[in-house]
Amino acid sequence: MSSTGFAPPPGDTWDYDALDTDEMILQMGPQHPATHGVLRVELRTDGEVVRAARPHIGYLHRCFEKHAENVDYPGVMPYADRMDYVASMGNTLGFALAVEKLAGIETSPYVNTIRVIVAELQRIASHCVAIGTYAMDIGAFTPFLHLLRDREKILDLFEWTCGARLLYNYNWVGGMSHDLPDGFARATRDLLREFDAVTYPELVDLIITNKIFIKRLADVGVCSTELAISYDLTGPNLRGSGLARDLRKDAPYCGYENYDFEIPVGDGRFGPLGSCLDRTWVRVVEMQESSKIIHQALNRLEKMEKTDVHETVPRRVKPPKGEVYCRSEAPRGQLGYYVVSDGGVNPYRVKVKSPCFTALSVFHHMAKGMMIADVVALIGSFDIVLGEIDR
Amino acid sequence: MDITYDMLLGLVPPLADAPHWLLILIAAALTGVICFTFAGIGPIVYVYGERKIAGFMQDRLGPMRVGKWGLLQTIADAVKLMFKEAIFPKNVDRKLFLLAPFMVNIGAFLPFVVLPWGGRLQPADLNIGVFYIAAIASISTIGLIMAGWASNNKYALFGGMRAAAQIISYEIPALMLLLVPVMIVGSLSLQDIVTYQAGGLQNWLLFRYFPLMPIAFVAFFVAGLAECNRTPFDIPEAESELVAGFHTEYSGFFFAMFMMAEYTEMFVISAVSSVLFLGGYLAPHPALQTLGPVPLGWFWLIVKAWSLLFVMMWLRWTLPRLRVDQLMYVAWKVLVPIAFTLVIVVGGLILWPATANGFPWDRWVGWPLTLGVMSFLIMVMIRALRWNRQRAGELAA
Repeated sequence: MSSTGFAPPPGDTWDYDALDTDEMILQMGPQHPATHGVLRVELRTDGEVVRAARPHIGYLHRCFEKHAENVDYPGVMPYADRMDYVASMGNTLGFALAVEKLAGIETSPYVNTIRVIVAELQRIASHCVAIGTYAMDIGAFTPFLHLLRDREKILDLFEWTCGARLLYNYNWVGGMSHDLPDGFARATRDLLREFDAVTYPELVDLIITNKIFIKRLADVGVCSTELAISYDLTGPNLRGSGLARDLRKDAPYCGYENYDFEIPVGDGRFGPLGSCLDRTWVRVVEMQESSKIIHQALNRLEKMEKTDVHETVPRRVKPPKGEVYCRSEAPRGQLGYYVVSDGGVNPYRVKVKSPCFTALSVFHHMAKGMMIADVVALIGSFDIVLGEIDR
Repeated sequence: MDITYDMLLGLVPPLADAPHWLLILIAAALTGVICFTFAGIGPIVYVYGERKIAGFMQDRLGPMRVGKWGLLQTIADAVKLMFKEAIFPKNVDRKLFLLAPFMVNIGAFLPFVVLPWGGRLQPADLNIGVFYIAAIASISTIGLIMAGWASNNKYALFGGMRAAAQIISYEIPALMLLLVPVMIVGSLSLQDIVTYQAGGLQNWLLFRYFPLMPIAFVAFFVAGLAECNRTPFDIPEAESELVAGFHTEYSGFFFAMFMMAEYTEMFVISAVSSVLFLGGYLAPHPALQTLGPVPLGWFWLIVKAWSLLFVMMWLRWTLPRLRVDQLMYVAWKVLVPIAFTLVIVVGGLILWPATANGFPWDRWVGWPLTLGVMSFLIMVMIRALRWNRQRAGELAA
């Protein structure tokens, strides 16, 4: 076997190594259109083929965990918002749940329903960005703008609710910052009616069933179920590998056990199981499932007795001494918060288990032997947000 | 060119005494200036069109600020690019770096020499016109490789190498498919090819040998797309992989020159396809060929070429990009066999007396079908536009 990868025919005395070309180090990033933020990937390329790839992270490190030790518990919320800036609601929800568990605060069903609604709306918005930018990585520009247009409508709802469009600080420890405005349910239903009837079919037509898209991705970046488990992939990346694991079903929080929805799983319909296409496919179907959940939650919300969303918000969050690990299903996977309290106003230690970080950890393993274009497709299929990896 | 020659003599009679070579030189220079003006102004129109089309397809407005409906936007952009500093990074090969955009433009511009705009409205009627176009269009490949190599940038190098591999591969099916109309007509001169198709829509080469020539047309158009690096074959400048490919390091006016070359090349490919398959400057019906005394040949060529340009833009804003190996697969395992088969089959049919000029059903099948498909597409577009407007009204209400 020569280093070119082809076995020489029998009786061949040619020195194949003499044909070997030089390897070139290609620094992809930190400023590169396809690395989804400031990721630097060091590629050792032989022509178009990547022999080895090493991701370098840390360009967006903002000391979230150290900052969290120096502010009080409600003060951590804005910092948590800024971790995964594409899906802020999920971050703050996770931290709120962790502190509530630590302090023993029980939120009302009304607050829980609001949390479900905003979290699922955020999931749709986040997947819109994920799939849109992914389509752009593959070279189709139009779906990106269509999806951002639809995300915009969700952001309008959020703006109406809490005044912010990107970093909301909406989930508080023990409640929400504002109640939902009057008419929110109707506006959301209007949005979902359009989403179900227009956006979703359009999305499926434009990208997912496009033949070039399928040919590009169906057998690229195959992550077997074992590999996914051994590298601790979570969320859509894990489900794309064929394993139906979702914290909303397995360890429900906020009353997710009362909703009727499916866990979409990659089925490898066009190629091997766990390919880039499967991961994207899972995200697409998940958007529809989120829409289902929101419909149910809105019905429940309208019948529910309204309570004050600040009812269980403590004057001063001062959990007893102890530690807690709380995880929730953010749009990108399991987001875990490990919070240690020494009984004071500030957390003693906060550690985040980030889904994107584990997803990126398998990258070097899968990028070996790929083509450069596929490396871009692989990075995009993990749907990483560097803000959350570096924190 | 003979028109400019006659006009020169008609307008300035004393020139008749001048030496013949001087007259030829002046006439050629005048023709060149006219063609170059068209090639230079064209991209401004195409870029505006492309941005507007992209805007409509992406549910937004496109340029709207400079001038009415943003009509002056690309002119403003061109002026901006002209006044921007051209940056030469450290360690670039300065000579090649400067030469590359010119080479690319030469390859894009020179095919205008043989483009027929009317019976006499043609810079030069070379008797090897098709061969000339195929030969001269390859010059731009050298420019692309030069740009990629001289930039001293790894992304540019990748882009240049990809461009070389891609264009050389796609030239083979493109040339084979150029042969098919040439065989039918029996001449390499573009003027002969156009006059052979005279007599209305049903005589266009696209509608001869009914299922065969449409296949040849589509295959040639696809190969042409790849030759001018358009989506889905834009891997030499794939912006999500190679930043900007071979023109990563270019800025200011030199960048504008690459853009100009790309759009000129697109126009040339569209114009050549319409000459070879769609009757060039001929009107769909002979009665429409002139408007009173005014010949309309140039108008029909522009209409045909711009419709094909529109298809190119349409594809760009719809389709994702292929990977390098898939691109090679399309060239060598799809287009080359199609081209070979067509050359052999059509060549055989020409030799057989019964089908020397086409199948017996050609008069009745090809063009009605094509017209049906086209009207369907236009209907769909109109419906989409109307639906868009209606939805915008609903949202505003």
